[in-house]
Amino acid sequence: MSVDADTVRRIGRLARIRISEDEVSAYEGELNAILGFVEQLGEVDVSDVEPMTSVTPMVLRRREDAVTDGGHADRIVSNAPLTEDNFFMVPKVVE
Amino acid sequence: MTDLTRLSLAALRDGIAKKDFTALEAADAYVSAIEAAKEKLNAYVAVTADKARDMARASDERIAKGEAGPLEGVPLGVKDLFATQGVHTQAASHILDGFKPEYESAVTSNLWRDGAVMLGKLNMDEFAMGSSNESSYYGPVINPWRGKDSNTDLVPGGSSGGSAAAVSAWLCAGATATDTGGSIRQPAAFTGTVGIKPTYGRCSRWGVVAFASSLDQAGPIARTVEDSAIMLSSMCGFDPRDSTSVDMAVPDFAAAVERGVKGLTIGVPREYRMEGMPAEIEKLWQQGLDWLKAEGATIKEISLPNTRYALPAYYIVAPAEASSNLARYDGVKYGLRVPGKDITEMYEFSRAEGFGREVKRRVMIGTYVLSAGYYDAYYVRAQKVRTLIKKDFEDAFAAGVDAILTPATPSAAFGIADQDMSSDPVKMYLNDVFTVTVNMAGLPGIAVPAGKNGEGLPLGLQLIGKPFDEETLFAAARVIEKSAALDLAPSKWWS
Repeated sequence: MSVDADTVRRIGRLARIRISEDEVSAYEGELNAILGFVEQLGEVDVSDVEPMTSVTPMVLRRREDAVTDGGHADRIVSNAPLTEDNFFMVPKVVE
Repeated sequence: MTDLTRLSLAALRDGIAKKDFTALEAADAYVSAIEAAKEKLNAYVAVTADKARDMARASDERIAKGEAGPLEGVPLGVKDLFATQGVHTQAASHILDGFKPEYESAVTSNLWRDGAVMLGKLNMDEFAMGSSNESSYYGPVINPWRGKDSNTDLVPGGSSGGSAAAVSAWLCAGATATDTGGSIRQPAAFTGTVGIKPTYGRCSRWGVVAFASSLDQAGPIARTVEDSAIMLSSMCGFDPRDSTSVDMAVPDFAAAVERGVKGLTIGVPREYRMEGMPAEIEKLWQQGLDWLKAEGATIKEISLPNTRYALPAYYIVAPAEASSNLARYDGVKYGLRVPGKDITEMYEFSRAEGFGREVKRRVMIGTYVLSAGYYDAYYVRAQKVRTLIKKDFEDAFAAGVDAILTPATPSAAFGIADQDMSSDPVKMYLNDVFTVTVNMAGLPGIAVPAGKNGEGLPLGLQLIGKPFDEETLFAAARVIEKSAALDLAPSKWWS
Protein backbone atom coordinates (compact mmCIF):
# COMPACT_ATOMS: atom_id res chain seq x y z
CA MET A 1 0.00 0.00 0.00
CA SER A 2 1.34 3.43 -0.80
CA VAL A 3 0.05 6.97 -0.54
CA ASP A 4 -0.29 9.51 -3.35
CA ALA A 5 -0.47 13.29 -3.24
CA ASP A 6 -4.26 13.30 -2.76
CA THR A 7 -3.98 10.90 0.16
CA VAL A 8 -1.37 13.16 1.78
CA ARG A 9 -3.78 16.10 1.50
CA ARG A 10 -6.62 13.97 2.92
CA ILE A 11 -4.52 12.76 5.89
CA GLY A 12 -3.51 16.37 6.55
CA ARG A 13 -7.18 17.36 6.73
CA LEU A 14 -8.03 14.40 8.99
CA ALA A 15 -5.09 15.26 11.29
CA ARG A 16 -6.03 18.96 11.23
CA ILE A 17 -2.54 19.90 10.06
CA ARG A 18 -2.38 22.36 7.17
CA ILE A 19 -0.08 20.91 4.51
CA SER A 20 1.03 23.51 1.98
CA GLU A 21 1.24 22.47 -1.67
CA ASP A 22 5.02 22.68 -1.73
CA GLU A 23 5.23 20.20 1.19
CA VAL A 24 3.02 17.52 -0.35
CA SER A 25 5.63 15.68 -2.37
CA ALA A 26 8.14 15.55 0.50
CA TYR A 27 5.49 14.08 2.82
CA GLU A 28 4.50 11.64 0.11
CA GLY A 29 8.08 10.35 -0.09
CA GLU A 30 8.59 10.15 3.68
CA LEU A 31 5.27 8.46 4.41
CA ASN A 32 5.90 5.91 1.67
CA ALA A 33 9.37 5.19 3.08
CA ILE A 34 7.82 4.44 6.48
CA LEU A 35 4.93 2.44 5.03
CA GLY A 36 7.42 0.49 2.91
CA PHE A 37 9.37 -0.30 6.07
CA VAL A 38 6.33 -1.59 7.99
CA GLU A 39 5.17 -3.65 4.99
CA GLN A 40 7.29 -6.59 6.22
CA LEU A 41 4.71 -7.27 8.94
CA GLY A 42 2.71 -8.89 6.14
CA GLU A 43 5.09 -11.88 6.32
CA VAL A 44 4.07 -12.76 9.87
CA ASP A 45 1.45 -15.44 10.37
CA VAL A 46 -0.96 -13.82 12.81
CA SER A 47 -3.87 -16.20 12.39
CA ASP A 48 -5.19 -17.26 15.82
CA VAL A 49 -3.14 -14.53 17.54
CA GLU A 50 -4.97 -12.14 19.84
CA PRO A 51 -3.99 -8.47 19.49
CA MET A 52 -2.30 -7.11 22.60
CA THR A 53 -4.68 -4.82 24.45
CA SER A 54 -3.02 -4.67 27.87
CA VAL A 55 0.71 -4.54 28.49
CA THR A 56 0.56 -6.10 31.94
CA PRO A 57 -2.07 -8.79 32.48
CA MET A 58 -4.49 -6.75 34.55
CA VAL A 59 -8.12 -5.79 34.64
CA LEU A 60 -8.67 -2.07 34.45
CA ARG A 61 -9.36 -0.76 37.92
CA ARG A 62 -12.69 0.86 38.61
CA ARG A 63 -13.32 3.55 41.13
CA GLU A 64 -16.40 4.63 42.95
CA ASP A 65 -18.62 6.76 40.71
CA ALA A 66 -18.34 9.88 42.82
CA VAL A 67 -17.17 13.46 42.49
CA THR A 68 -13.63 13.53 43.86
CA ASP A 69 -12.33 16.81 42.57
CA GLY A 70 -13.49 20.02 40.97
CA GLY A 71 -14.13 23.71 41.42
CA HIS A 72 -10.96 24.74 39.58
CA ALA A 73 -12.41 26.46 36.48
CA ASP A 74 -10.00 29.39 36.80
CA ARG A 75 -6.98 27.09 37.01
CA ILE A 76 -8.22 24.98 34.10
CA VAL A 77 -8.42 27.98 31.77
CA SER A 78 -5.31 29.68 33.15
CA ASN A 79 -3.11 28.55 30.21
CA ALA A 80 -5.63 29.17 27.43
CA PRO A 81 -4.72 31.66 24.68
CA LEU A 82 -8.16 33.34 24.95
CA THR A 83 -10.75 33.13 27.73
CA GLU A 84 -13.68 35.04 29.12
CA ASP A 85 -15.50 34.34 32.41
CA ASN A 86 -13.74 30.96 32.69
CA PHE A 87 -14.84 29.91 29.18
CA PHE A 88 -12.46 28.96 26.38
CA MET A 89 -13.00 31.41 23.50
CA VAL A 90 -12.95 30.09 19.90
CA PRO A 91 -13.95 31.48 16.50
CA LYS A 92 -17.70 31.30 15.83
CA VAL A 93 -18.76 27.69 15.03
CA VAL A 94 -22.57 28.09 14.58
CA GLU A 95 -24.05 30.50 12.06
CA MET B 1 37.09 22.33 48.52
CA THR B 2 36.01 19.35 46.37
CA ASP B 3 33.90 20.07 43.32
CA LEU B 4 30.52 18.90 44.57
CA THR B 5 29.24 18.32 41.04
CA ARG B 6 31.81 15.53 40.57
CA LEU B 7 30.42 13.40 43.41
CA SER B 8 28.08 10.51 42.72
CA LEU B 9 24.47 11.02 43.76
CA ALA B 10 24.99 8.59 46.65
CA ALA B 11 28.14 10.36 47.89
CA LEU B 12 26.53 13.79 47.55
CA ARG B 13 23.46 12.68 49.49
CA ASP B 14 25.59 11.13 52.24
CA GLY B 15 27.82 14.21 52.45
CA ILE B 16 24.79 16.48 52.84
CA ALA B 17 23.29 14.16 55.47
CA LYS B 18 26.58 14.18 57.44
CA LYS B 19 26.74 17.98 57.10
CA ASP B 20 30.13 17.84 55.31
CA PHE B 21 28.54 20.49 53.12
CA THR B 22 25.03 21.88 52.80
CA ALA B 23 22.30 21.24 50.27
CA LEU B 24 22.50 24.93 49.40
CA GLU B 25 26.20 24.60 48.55
CA ALA B 26 25.40 21.62 46.33
CA ALA B 27 22.60 23.53 44.56
CA ASP B 28 24.85 26.57 44.05
CA ALA B 29 27.64 24.42 42.61
CA TYR B 30 25.26 22.90 40.08
CA VAL B 31 23.63 26.21 39.15
CA SER B 32 27.09 27.67 38.40
CA ALA B 33 28.02 24.62 36.31
CA ILE B 34 24.78 24.92 34.34
CA GLU B 35 25.34 28.61 33.65
CA ALA B 36 28.89 27.94 32.44
CA ALA B 37 27.83 25.20 30.03
CA LYS B 38 24.58 26.73 28.84
CA GLU B 39 25.45 27.94 25.33
CA LYS B 40 27.74 25.06 24.50
CA LEU B 41 25.68 22.03 25.49
CA ASN B 42 22.10 23.39 25.38
CA ALA B 43 21.03 20.69 27.86
CA TYR B 44 18.56 22.83 29.81
CA VAL B 45 15.53 24.64 28.37
CA ALA B 46 14.72 26.33 31.70
CA VAL B 47 16.88 26.82 34.80
CA THR B 48 15.03 27.27 38.11
CA ALA B 49 17.92 28.64 40.15
CA ASP B 50 15.76 30.44 42.75
CA LYS B 51 13.53 27.44 43.23
CA ALA B 52 16.61 25.22 43.57
CA ARG B 53 18.01 27.43 46.31
CA ASP B 54 14.65 27.59 48.13
CA MET B 55 14.26 23.83 48.00
CA ALA B 56 17.89 23.35 49.13
CA ARG B 57 17.36 25.67 52.11
CA ALA B 58 14.27 23.66 53.06
CA SER B 59 16.37 20.49 52.80
CA ASP B 60 19.02 21.92 55.10
CA GLU B 61 16.30 22.78 57.62
CA ARG B 62 14.88 19.27 57.48
CA ILE B 63 18.36 17.82 57.98
CA ALA B 64 18.88 20.07 60.99
CA LYS B 65 15.63 18.75 62.44
CA GLY B 66 16.61 15.14 61.69
CA GLU B 67 13.84 14.70 59.12
CA ALA B 68 15.92 13.96 56.02
CA GLY B 69 14.32 12.01 53.16
CA PRO B 70 16.12 9.42 51.02
CA LEU B 71 17.12 12.07 48.41
CA GLU B 72 17.43 15.01 50.76
CA GLY B 73 19.21 17.93 49.11
CA VAL B 74 20.11 16.09 45.89
CA PRO B 75 19.90 18.44 42.87
CA LEU B 76 18.15 16.84 39.89
CA GLY B 77 17.26 17.84 36.35
CA VAL B 78 13.77 17.11 35.01
CA LYS B 79 12.98 16.22 31.40
CA ASP B 80 10.68 18.84 29.87
CA LEU B 81 8.06 16.09 29.41
CA PHE B 82 7.15 16.08 33.14
CA ALA B 83 4.56 18.58 34.34
CA THR B 84 6.12 20.82 37.00
CA GLN B 85 3.78 23.24 38.70
CA GLY B 86 4.31 26.84 37.62
CA VAL B 87 7.46 25.89 35.67
CA HIS B 88 8.17 25.64 31.91
CA THR B 89 6.63 22.36 30.62
CA GLN B 90 6.56 22.22 26.84
CA ALA B 91 7.82 18.78 25.74
CA ALA B 92 10.38 20.93 23.86
CA SER B 93 7.60 21.90 21.43
CA HIS B 94 6.53 25.24 19.99
CA ILE B 95 2.87 24.24 20.32
CA LEU B 96 3.05 24.33 24.13
CA ASP B 97 4.47 27.88 24.14
CA GLY B 98 4.23 29.43 27.57
CA PHE B 99 2.58 26.41 29.19
CA LYS B 100 3.03 26.35 32.96
CA PRO B 101 0.98 23.54 34.50
CA GLU B 102 -1.24 24.04 37.51
CA TYR B 103 -0.19 20.61 38.79
CA GLU B 104 2.88 18.48 39.44
CA SER B 105 3.53 15.08 37.83
CA ALA B 106 3.37 12.00 40.07
CA VAL B 107 7.03 11.10 39.47
CA THR B 108 8.41 14.55 40.28
CA SER B 109 6.06 14.82 43.31
CA ASN B 110 7.62 11.59 44.60
CA LEU B 111 11.12 12.99 44.13
CA TRP B 112 10.33 16.24 45.96
CA ARG B 113 8.57 14.23 48.73
CA ASP B 114 11.90 12.42 49.22
CA GLY B 115 13.82 15.70 49.50
CA ALA B 116 15.27 16.15 45.99
CA VAL B 117 15.94 19.66 44.64
CA MET B 118 14.90 20.81 41.16
CA LEU B 119 17.54 22.55 39.01
CA GLY B 120 15.42 23.05 35.91
CA LYS B 121 13.91 21.47 32.83
CA LEU B 122 15.94 19.44 30.36
CA ASN B 123 15.96 19.60 26.59
CA MET B 124 14.62 16.63 24.60
CA ASP B 125 13.32 15.64 21.19
CA GLU B 126 9.97 17.32 20.58
CA PHE B 127 7.25 15.20 22.27
CA ALA B 128 9.96 12.56 22.84
CA MET B 129 9.98 11.73 19.12
CA GLY B 130 13.55 11.26 18.01
CA SER B 131 16.84 9.50 18.63
CA SER B 132 19.28 12.42 18.37
CA ASN B 133 17.67 15.33 20.25
CA GLU B 134 17.66 17.29 17.00
CA SER B 135 13.87 17.59 16.75
CA SER B 136 13.67 19.94 19.78
CA TYR B 137 12.14 23.37 19.18
CA TYR B 138 14.98 24.63 21.39
CA GLY B 139 17.71 23.29 19.12
CA PRO B 140 19.90 20.22 19.49
CA VAL B 141 21.70 19.18 22.66
CA ILE B 142 25.44 18.64 22.20
CA ASN B 143 27.03 15.48 23.58
CA PRO B 144 29.73 16.28 26.19
CA TRP B 145 31.78 13.47 24.59
CA ARG B 146 33.91 14.08 21.53
CA GLY B 147 36.06 11.72 19.49
CA LYS B 148 39.80 11.62 20.13
CA ASP B 149 41.44 14.88 18.92
CA SER B 150 38.15 15.91 17.33
CA ASN B 151 36.11 19.10 17.66
CA THR B 152 33.11 17.66 15.85
CA ASP B 153 29.84 18.01 17.75
CA LEU B 154 28.08 14.72 18.39
CA VAL B 155 24.44 14.03 19.31
CA PRO B 156 23.69 12.83 22.86
CA GLY B 157 20.99 10.48 21.53
CA GLY B 158 17.31 10.93 22.18
CA SER B 159 14.74 11.54 23.11
CA SER B 160 16.14 12.09 26.64
CA GLY B 161 19.26 13.78 25.20
CA GLY B 162 19.20 16.72 27.61
CA SER B 163 18.91 14.34 30.58
CA ALA B 164 21.83 12.19 29.42
CA ALA B 165 24.08 15.13 28.48
CA ALA B 166 23.38 16.97 31.75
CA VAL B 167 24.17 13.90 33.86
CA SER B 168 27.34 13.14 31.91
CA ALA B 169 28.59 16.76 32.03
CA TRP B 170 27.97 17.15 35.79
CA LEU B 171 25.05 19.56 35.31
CA CYS B 172 22.83 17.56 37.70
CA ALA B 173 23.36 14.62 40.07
CA GLY B 174 20.72 12.61 38.21
CA ALA B 175 17.83 13.26 35.85
CA THR B 176 14.35 12.05 35.13
CA ALA B 177 13.82 10.68 31.64
CA THR B 178 11.20 8.71 29.71
CA ASP B 179 11.44 5.79 27.32
CA THR B 180 8.92 4.88 24.62
CA GLY B 181 11.22 3.00 22.22
CA GLY B 182 14.67 3.46 23.75
CA SER B 183 14.66 7.11 24.82
CA ILE B 184 16.37 6.43 28.16
CA ARG B 185 18.73 3.62 27.15
CA GLN B 186 20.05 4.94 23.82
CA PRO B 187 21.10 8.40 25.13
CA ALA B 188 22.57 6.73 28.26
CA ALA B 189 24.68 4.52 25.97
CA PHE B 190 25.78 7.54 23.90
CA THR B 191 26.95 9.51 26.95
CA GLY B 192 28.50 6.88 29.20
CA THR B 193 25.68 7.07 31.75
CA VAL B 194 23.32 4.50 33.27
CA GLY B 195 19.65 4.56 32.29
CA ILE B 196 16.86 2.21 33.29
CA LYS B 197 13.37 1.88 31.88
CA PRO B 198 11.43 0.02 34.56
CA THR B 199 8.60 -2.42 33.91
CA TYR B 200 5.53 -0.79 32.37
CA GLY B 201 3.31 0.28 35.28
CA ARG B 202 6.08 0.87 37.83
CA CYS B 203 6.18 4.67 37.39
CA SER B 204 2.95 6.61 37.19
CA ARG B 205 2.36 8.30 33.84
CA TRP B 206 0.19 10.92 35.53
CA GLY B 207 1.50 14.36 34.59
CA VAL B 208 3.88 13.05 31.91
CA VAL B 209 3.03 14.54 28.50
CA ALA B 210 1.69 11.51 26.61
CA PHE B 211 3.39 10.21 23.45
CA ALA B 212 2.38 6.53 23.08
CA SER B 213 0.55 5.55 26.24
CA SER B 214 0.97 1.77 26.01
CA LEU B 215 4.76 2.18 25.63
CA ASP B 216 5.68 5.30 27.65
CA GLN B 217 7.49 4.71 30.91
CA ALA B 218 9.56 7.04 33.10
CA GLY B 219 12.93 6.18 34.58
CA PRO B 220 16.19 7.76 35.75
CA ILE B 221 19.49 8.52 34.04
CA ALA B 222 22.42 8.70 36.48
CA ARG B 223 26.19 8.36 36.59
CA THR B 224 26.37 4.97 38.34
CA VAL B 225 24.22 1.86 38.69
CA GLU B 226 23.77 2.58 42.39
CA ASP B 227 22.66 6.17 41.70
CA SER B 228 20.07 4.99 39.19
CA ALA B 229 18.76 2.43 41.71
CA ILE B 230 18.43 5.08 44.42
CA MET B 231 16.51 7.38 42.08
CA LEU B 232 14.22 4.67 40.75
CA SER B 233 13.05 3.67 44.24
CA SER B 234 11.85 7.23 44.77
CA MET B 235 10.26 7.62 41.33
CA CYS B 236 8.14 4.43 41.46
CA GLY B 237 4.94 3.81 43.35
CA PHE B 238 1.27 3.08 42.91
CA ASP B 239 -0.88 5.96 41.71
CA PRO B 240 -4.64 5.55 41.29
CA ARG B 241 -4.65 8.46 38.80
CA ASP B 242 -2.86 6.29 36.20
CA SER B 243 -5.12 3.39 35.20
CA THR B 244 -2.10 1.22 34.30
CA SER B 245 -0.12 1.99 37.44
CA VAL B 246 0.65 -1.27 39.23
CA ASP B 247 -0.26 -1.67 42.90
CA MET B 248 2.93 -3.39 44.07
CA ALA B 249 5.44 -2.69 46.80
CA VAL B 250 8.53 -0.81 45.55
CA PRO B 251 11.73 -2.62 46.56
CA ASP B 252 14.78 -0.80 47.90
CA PHE B 253 16.54 -1.18 44.54
CA ALA B 254 19.88 0.07 45.90
CA ALA B 255 19.98 -2.94 48.24
CA ALA B 256 20.10 -5.25 45.19
CA VAL B 257 23.03 -3.53 43.47
CA GLU B 258 25.83 -5.60 45.05
CA ARG B 259 23.93 -8.89 44.93
CA GLY B 260 26.09 -10.30 42.12
CA VAL B 261 25.12 -12.73 39.35
CA LYS B 262 26.22 -16.05 40.86
CA GLY B 263 23.81 -18.76 39.76
CA LEU B 264 21.92 -16.54 37.31
CA THR B 265 21.27 -17.60 33.73
CA ILE B 266 21.91 -14.86 31.17
CA GLY B 267 20.27 -15.28 27.78
CA VAL B 268 21.95 -14.26 24.51
CA PRO B 269 19.40 -13.83 21.74
CA ARG B 270 20.83 -15.00 18.41
CA GLU B 271 18.49 -12.70 16.46
CA TYR B 272 20.29 -9.65 17.90
CA ARG B 273 23.45 -10.64 16.03
CA MET B 274 22.42 -8.39 13.17
CA GLU B 275 23.97 -8.52 9.74
CA GLY B 276 26.61 -5.86 9.36
CA MET B 277 27.02 -5.37 13.11
CA PRO B 278 30.25 -3.38 13.73
CA ALA B 279 33.07 -5.51 15.10
CA GLU B 280 33.48 -3.22 18.13
CA ILE B 281 29.84 -3.82 19.17
CA GLU B 282 30.25 -7.58 18.68
CA LYS B 283 33.41 -7.50 20.82
CA LEU B 284 31.75 -5.43 23.54
CA TRP B 285 28.88 -7.87 23.75
CA GLN B 286 31.21 -10.88 24.08
CA GLN B 287 33.23 -9.03 26.72
CA GLY B 288 30.05 -8.41 28.72
CA LEU B 289 29.16 -12.10 28.59
CA ASP B 290 32.67 -13.04 29.71
CA TRP B 291 32.44 -10.68 32.69
CA LEU B 292 29.11 -12.11 33.80
CA LYS B 293 30.41 -15.66 33.37
CA ALA B 294 33.51 -14.86 35.42
CA GLU B 295 31.25 -13.74 38.25
CA GLY B 296 29.33 -17.02 38.26
CA ALA B 297 26.53 -16.60 35.71
CA THR B 298 25.63 -19.22 33.15
CA ILE B 299 25.34 -18.05 29.55
CA LYS B 300 22.60 -19.56 27.43
CA GLU B 301 21.85 -18.94 23.77
CA ILE B 302 18.16 -18.18 23.23
CA SER B 303 15.90 -17.35 20.32
CA LEU B 304 13.52 -14.40 20.09
CA PRO B 305 12.25 -15.14 16.57
CA ASN B 306 10.01 -12.10 16.14
CA THR B 307 12.71 -9.53 17.01
CA ARG B 308 12.98 -8.20 13.46
CA TYR B 309 9.30 -7.27 13.44
CA ALA B 310 9.46 -5.16 16.60
CA LEU B 311 10.62 -1.94 14.95
CA PRO B 312 8.09 -2.00 12.08
CA ALA B 313 5.29 -2.84 14.53
CA TYR B 314 6.46 -0.01 16.77
CA TYR B 315 6.23 2.43 13.85
CA ILE B 316 2.55 1.62 13.59
CA VAL B 317 1.61 1.41 17.27
CA ALA B 318 3.55 4.47 18.48
CA PRO B 319 2.40 6.92 15.76
CA ALA B 320 -1.18 5.64 16.07
CA GLU B 321 -1.25 6.34 19.80
CA ALA B 322 0.58 9.64 19.25
CA SER B 323 -1.93 10.86 16.66
CA SER B 324 -4.66 10.28 19.23
CA ASN B 325 -2.76 11.76 22.21
CA LEU B 326 -1.63 14.85 20.30
CA ALA B 327 -5.17 15.66 19.13
CA ARG B 328 -5.48 17.75 22.29
CA TYR B 329 -3.14 20.45 20.94
CA ASP B 330 -5.66 22.57 19.10
CA GLY B 331 -4.87 26.18 19.98
CA VAL B 332 -7.80 26.35 22.40
CA LYS B 333 -6.84 25.02 25.81
CA TYR B 334 -3.16 25.96 26.10
CA GLY B 335 -0.11 26.94 24.12
CA LEU B 336 0.16 28.37 20.65
CA ARG B 337 -2.84 29.66 18.71
CA VAL B 338 -2.55 30.79 15.10
CA PRO B 339 -5.76 32.57 14.00
CA GLY B 340 -7.70 31.47 10.90
CA LYS B 341 -10.94 32.46 9.18
CA ASP B 342 -12.88 29.72 11.04
CA ILE B 343 -12.24 27.19 13.77
CA THR B 344 -10.98 24.46 11.41
CA GLU B 345 -8.47 26.81 9.85
CA MET B 346 -7.36 27.87 13.33
CA TYR B 347 -6.76 24.20 14.27
CA GLU B 348 -4.89 23.52 11.04
CA PHE B 349 -2.71 26.63 11.20
CA SER B 350 -1.92 26.18 14.91
CA ARG B 351 -0.90 22.55 14.45
CA ALA B 352 1.03 23.22 11.23
CA GLU B 353 3.09 25.94 12.90
CA GLY B 354 3.23 24.45 16.41
CA PHE B 355 4.46 20.94 15.56
CA GLY B 356 7.89 20.26 14.10
CA ARG B 357 8.47 18.11 11.06
CA GLU B 358 9.12 14.77 12.83
CA VAL B 359 6.01 15.18 15.00
CA LYS B 360 3.84 16.03 11.99
CA ARG B 361 5.22 13.05 10.10
CA ARG B 362 4.31 10.71 12.95
CA VAL B 363 0.86 12.21 13.50
CA MET B 364 0.23 11.80 9.76
CA ILE B 365 1.35 8.14 9.77
CA GLY B 366 -0.77 7.48 12.85
CA THR B 367 -3.79 9.15 11.31
CA TYR B 368 -3.34 7.08 8.15
CA VAL B 369 -2.99 3.68 9.86
CA LEU B 370 -6.04 4.36 12.01
CA SER B 371 -8.18 5.67 9.15
CA ALA B 372 -11.19 3.78 7.80
CA GLY B 373 -10.20 0.74 5.78
CA TYR B 374 -6.64 0.51 7.09
CA TYR B 375 -7.19 -0.10 10.81
CA ASP B 376 -7.17 -3.93 10.56
CA ALA B 377 -4.37 -4.15 8.00
CA TYR B 378 -2.02 -1.96 10.04
CA TYR B 379 -2.97 -1.34 13.65
CA VAL B 380 -4.65 -4.65 14.55
CA ARG B 381 -1.90 -6.61 12.76
CA ALA B 382 0.80 -4.67 14.62
CA GLN B 383 -0.89 -5.39 17.96
CA LYS B 384 -0.97 -9.09 17.07
CA VAL B 385 2.73 -9.01 16.23
CA ARG B 386 3.23 -7.37 19.59
CA THR B 387 1.59 -10.37 21.28
CA LEU B 388 4.11 -12.61 19.50
CA ILE B 389 7.07 -10.43 20.55
CA LYS B 390 5.95 -10.59 24.17
CA LYS B 391 5.52 -14.37 23.94
CA ASP B 392 9.11 -14.75 22.67
CA PHE B 393 10.33 -13.21 25.93
CA GLU B 394 7.90 -15.20 28.07
CA ASP B 395 9.17 -18.43 26.50
CA ALA B 396 12.79 -17.47 27.19
CA PHE B 397 12.07 -16.63 30.83
CA ALA B 398 10.00 -19.81 31.25
CA ALA B 399 13.01 -21.79 30.01
CA GLY B 400 15.03 -20.54 32.98
CA VAL B 401 16.60 -17.31 31.73
CA ASP B 402 16.89 -14.63 34.46
CA ALA B 403 18.02 -11.73 32.26
CA ILE B 404 19.06 -11.12 28.68
CA LEU B 405 22.23 -9.32 27.55
CA THR B 406 22.31 -7.38 24.26
CA PRO B 407 24.08 -4.33 22.83
CA ALA B 408 22.26 -1.10 23.73
CA THR B 409 22.77 0.62 20.36
CA PRO B 410 24.12 -0.35 16.93
CA SER B 411 26.87 2.32 17.12
CA ALA B 412 28.44 5.02 19.28
CA ALA B 413 27.16 8.61 19.12
CA PHE B 414 27.03 10.06 15.61
CA GLY B 415 27.47 13.62 14.35
CA ILE B 416 24.96 16.46 14.51
CA ALA B 417 23.07 16.83 11.19
CA ASP B 418 24.22 13.40 9.97
CA GLN B 419 23.33 13.34 6.27
CA ASP B 420 22.43 9.66 6.19
CA MET B 421 20.04 9.96 9.12
CA SER B 422 18.33 13.16 8.08
CA SER B 423 17.65 12.05 4.50
CA ASP B 424 15.88 8.83 5.51
CA PRO B 425 13.62 8.68 8.61
CA VAL B 426 13.90 4.88 8.72
CA LYS B 427 17.72 5.09 9.19
CA MET B 428 17.21 7.19 12.29
CA TYR B 429 14.59 4.74 13.56
CA LEU B 430 17.14 1.89 13.37
CA ASN B 431 18.90 3.41 16.41
CA ASP B 432 16.21 1.76 18.53
CA VAL B 433 16.54 -1.70 17.00
CA PHE B 434 17.83 -3.29 20.26
CA THR B 435 15.72 -1.31 22.69
CA VAL B 436 12.26 -1.15 21.13
CA THR B 437 11.37 -4.83 21.71
CA VAL B 438 11.52 -4.15 25.45
CA ASN B 439 8.87 -1.41 25.23
CA MET B 440 6.70 -3.56 23.00
CA ALA B 441 6.73 -6.29 25.69
CA GLY B 442 6.50 -3.88 28.66
CA LEU B 443 9.69 -5.30 30.22
CA PRO B 444 12.39 -3.55 32.26
CA GLY B 445 15.68 -2.72 30.49
CA ILE B 446 18.87 -1.05 31.68
CA ALA B 447 21.74 0.43 29.66
CA VAL B 448 25.15 0.41 31.32
CA PRO B 449 28.49 1.71 29.99
CA ALA B 450 30.69 -1.25 29.08
CA GLY B 451 33.48 0.02 26.84
CA LYS B 452 34.68 2.61 24.36
CA ASN B 453 35.11 2.54 20.63
CA GLY B 454 38.30 3.35 18.72
CA GLU B 455 37.51 7.05 18.98
CA GLY B 456 37.23 6.83 22.76
CA LEU B 457 33.45 7.26 22.72
CA PRO B 458 31.38 5.33 25.25
CA LEU B 459 29.46 2.19 24.27
CA GLY B 460 26.72 0.56 26.32
CA LEU B 461 25.23 -2.86 26.88
CA GLN B 462 21.58 -3.54 27.63
CA LEU B 463 20.14 -6.00 30.12
CA ILE B 464 16.49 -7.02 29.77
CA GLY B 465 14.65 -8.47 32.75
CA LYS B 466 11.47 -10.27 33.75
CA PRO B 467 8.48 -8.10 34.55
CA PHE B 468 9.04 -6.34 37.91
CA ASP B 469 12.51 -7.85 38.36
CA GLU B 470 14.54 -4.65 38.07
CA GLU B 471 16.65 -5.89 41.00
CA THR B 472 18.36 -8.54 38.87
CA LEU B 473 19.11 -5.86 36.25
CA PHE B 474 20.79 -3.62 38.82
CA ALA B 475 22.86 -6.54 40.13
CA ALA B 476 24.00 -7.65 36.66
CA ALA B 477 24.61 -4.09 35.45
CA ARG B 478 26.76 -3.48 38.52
CA VAL B 479 28.93 -6.50 37.61
CA ILE B 480 29.48 -5.01 34.15
CA GLU B 481 30.16 -1.55 35.58
CA LYS B 482 32.68 -2.94 38.05
CA SER B 483 34.39 -5.23 35.53
CA ALA B 484 34.66 -2.49 32.89
CA ALA B 485 36.05 0.04 35.41
CA LEU B 486 35.85 2.79 32.78
CA ASP B 487 36.92 6.39 33.11
CA LEU B 488 33.60 8.04 32.27
CA ALA B 489 34.65 11.66 32.56
CA PRO B 490 34.44 13.48 29.23
CA SER B 491 37.15 16.14 28.86
CA LYS B 492 35.57 19.42 29.91
CA TRP B 493 35.66 21.55 26.74
CA TRP B 494 32.39 23.39 27.37
CA SER B 495 33.36 25.69 30.23
